[in-house]
Amino acid sequence: MQMPEPDGSVIRARNQIVADLKRMLKPGCVISSSEEIRPYESDGLTAYRQLPLVVALPETTEEVARVLKYCSERGVKVVPRGAGTSLSGGALPLADGVLLGLGKFNRILEIDYDNRCAVVQPGVANLAISTAVADDGFYYAPDPSSQIACSIGGNVAENAGGIHCLKYGLTTNNILGVEFVTIDGEILRFGGKHLDAEGYDFLGLITGSEGLLGVMTEVTVRLLKKAETARALLLGFAKNETAGEAVNAIISAGIIPAGMEMMDRPAIHAVEGFVKAGYPLDVEALLIVELDGPSVEVDYLIDEVVTIAENSGATYVRVSESEEERLAFWAGRKAAFPAVGRISPDYLCMDGTIPRAQLSHVLTRMSEMSDHYGLRVANVFHAGDGNLHPLILYDANEPGELERCEAFGADILKLCVAVGGVLSGEHGIGVEKRDLMGEMFSEIDLKQQQRVKCAFDPASLLNPGKVFPTLHRCAELGRLHVHKGKLPFPELPRF
Amino acid sequence: MVEAESLESGGDAITPESVDGVREALANALEHKTPLELLGRGTKRSIGRPSNAEETLDLSKLTGISLYEPEELILSAATGTTVKEIEDTVGAKGQIMAFEPPDLGPLLGAPKESGTLGGLLACNLAGPRRIKSGAARDHFLGVSCVSGRGEIFKAGGRVMKNVSGYDMMKILAGSYGTLAAMTSATIKVLPRPEKTYTVLLYGLAEKEAVAALTQGLCSAHELSAAAHLPAALAARSGVSHVSEPGRAVTALRIEGPGPSVLHRTEALRRELAAFGDSEELHSQNSLAFWREVRDVTALQGDFDRLIWKISVAPSETPAFLARLGGTIPEMEAQLDWGGGLIWLSIPTREDAWAPVVRGALPQIGGHATLLRAPRALRITAEVFQPQSKSMAALSKRVKESFDPMGLLNPGRMTANF
Repeated sequence: MQMPEPDGSVIRARNQIVADLKRMLKPGCVISSSEEIRPYESDGLTAYRQLPLVVALPETTEEVARVLKYCSERGVKVVPRGAGTSLSGGALPLADGVLLGLGKFNRILEIDYDNRCAVVQPGVANLAISTAVADDGFYYAPDPSSQIACSIGGNVAENAGGIHCLKYGLTTNNILGVEFVTIDGEILRFGGKHLDAEGYDFLGLITGSEGLLGVMTEVTVRLLKKAETARALLLGFAKNETAGEAVNAIISAGIIPAGMEMMDRPAIHAVEGFVKAGYPLDVEALLIVELDGPSVEVDYLIDEVVTIAENSGATYVRVSESEEERLAFWAGRKAAFPAVGRISPDYLCMDGTIPRAQLSHVLTRMSEMSDHYGLRVANVFHAGDGNLHPLILYDANEPGELERCEAFGADILKLCVAVGGVLSGEHGIGVEKRDLMGEMFSEIDLKQQQRVKCAFDPASLLNPGKVFPTLHRCAELGRLHVHKGKLPFPELPRF
Repeated sequence: MVEAESLESGGDAITPESVDGVREALANALEHKTPLELLGRGTKRSIGRPSNAEETLDLSKLTGISLYEPEELILSAATGTTVKEIEDTVGAKGQIMAFEPPDLGPLLGAPKESGTLGGLLACNLAGPRRIKSGAARDHFLGVSCVSGRGEIFKAGGRVMKNVSGYDMMKILAGSYGTLAAMTSATIKVLPRPEKTYTVLLYGLAEKEAVAALTQGLCSAHELSAAAHLPAALAARSGVSHVSEPGRAVTALRIEGPGPSVLHRTEALRRELAAFGDSEELHSQNSLAFWREVRDVTALQGDFDRLIWKISVAPSETPAFLARLGGTIPEMEAQLDWGGGLIWLSIPTREDAWAPVVRGALPQIGGHATLLRAPRALRITAEVFQPQSKSMAALSKRVKESFDPMGLLNPGRMTANF
């Protein structure tokens, strides 16, 4: 993975930069020894590693502002980092960049039930928010699989999803405001406890911007009241296609389940071998459908879904009759990644989204690719919203296997785009999918996005090398090409 | 007196019939440095500062639904397509635009049911279901545009889960046509709830009403709307259970599968017993009532009065209204979004009461938009909440990243660009 050429003058000035940061921050908040910065060399995408120039761990918004202003004035790059669980390399350090860790921003500042929101610092773990309000019957809806560890700041930066997105939305639909520090060290507020922006919707824009526009120091999240109850169904199908049709039939009946997950045969077998969830092994596809709400609603909808499933040709139908049983259904799905980790030395988790109607075609093509590359693949799928997570199994110790795996992954994502889908549903582009952006966007599309970045970060100091395959200087992007009264409008590639 | 500013009242109108036509129009504008006013059907033309544009770029000829896949819950259409056409199309399949697009035409003195998808997105509107399902921004999945550089660009996609590149849809939603001419959009649609009931409480003052709405919203009954109309406004309703009692009406909506709605309605009424007698609206009455709330019909007409649209944290609303009530005479307020959205109708005055209204906002958070006012007032009073110097500067830089020459709707959001 090609990263921007490190700036030798910055690397040579390392001692001075470390000393300057130490003056700005409290003792112990600047980490510079090589063994102590080692844990920061990668995030959840461990295939890529790079030691940062230095790690800064500010404790207050003002300190963040001071560090950013300093870096801006000195022309030093900055890589923001939450809990470091990114699966796309969003927090991969730069050799000539300060790694700005938000781990010390770990407090819940306010819980405000009257306005159904909580004000939290960005380093607070996603699940910690729900835990803090659980006794009062509330929760924070987005639940990425890493929710025990991943930070809410990182969730905002990546617009994290989870298994309940279809009904409850993504991060972007569940936050109300942020405190945000620009690369110049200006402290701004986007949103608050009220709804909708007063001018441009910067809150919406920075959500999912992968740390390229600024650094959040506070997040106001929406809290929801927990549903009275939830029940789940396990539905087995003889063909992936039939499972896909059942999903369509459920949605066409006007039912939006709280969660609707699908696993293919390799995933089912990996999981069952690991956690003994009681999944049927004689099916090609397994659906978990969860309904939540008052019991009367859940019972009613369960009956409807059972009927739909049977009409759609389900060969296996089981309804959870107790909370233990419901959790057991989920235990398998939630263990899917470690289960695959158990049957393979390494795996790469992909994250495309496709129109659901394309599921069967995509799975068939993927199986052909699996043969072509000689690598196994298991699929877990947020079936309701079309977000596919193929897990490609490989062995990093086998020479060339990682490269083959990456090529396979790239082919899968290209296929996702070709059928009308996108490169990333919830993990972000980061470094992992950066060079595939051209599959989805034209040069003009990407340049317009980069111009927006220039409005925030004119010197491209924030997280460079992520998201965009080409680094353009802002001056060049800003130029208007008017030539002899005619504008050059190249015919655009259509997707 | 506010009048709908008809299409004819601008300068010359350019009416492209294709995306290439839009691109050509913008390329010409760029070459001749001619600022353009972007319009769909012009129903929301009077929102914002009057544009300084010399020519009008009328996008209403870009019409048609190009893709509708009910089981995928998505629809793509050219931005000149009317919201009505989209609602009818998805309605035939039992689906809705869940953010409940308001039809503000009549409130603003424009025809009803004629607004376009582009206008709806550009103003980022949302109806009573905002509190549960979000605003237009939350359902805006993908877009094709022509920027002020005369370049066609797209962003997002046709799937509902997507973090591939910046969420440009968010910055375009609510940008009032100042960033780009949107030519087509993909939106998310959802199943229409099987049943809709509304619990009505009577005679509550604003503070008690917000307390009742808050209690309802903090319950497990998943309200999809929560509004309050003082007696004078309730009396204007076409729904007799609302208009006839002659008292203020506080309304909480419950939607979903039949058995669930019955169960939750009953439970909610029990839990809100401390607020006095309650009543229920069913099906057609419930639908009719929330259409009125959505379109703010209670404040329609009487164009001599100003309309402010104010968004605050719901708990701040009673104190905010108390601060205003002491100063502004003949004030009428409809509360929606659990109390967080205030539609304020007040007599006109030469400063539009802007210092009073904005001065009464909470210290942190909240904003007030002068939604309806005579043209002259929309020039002198800031229509949109004034921003801090830093925010204004950032907004200007973002504007210039799309439209460096300031061609698109100049002056519409701020005198600054």
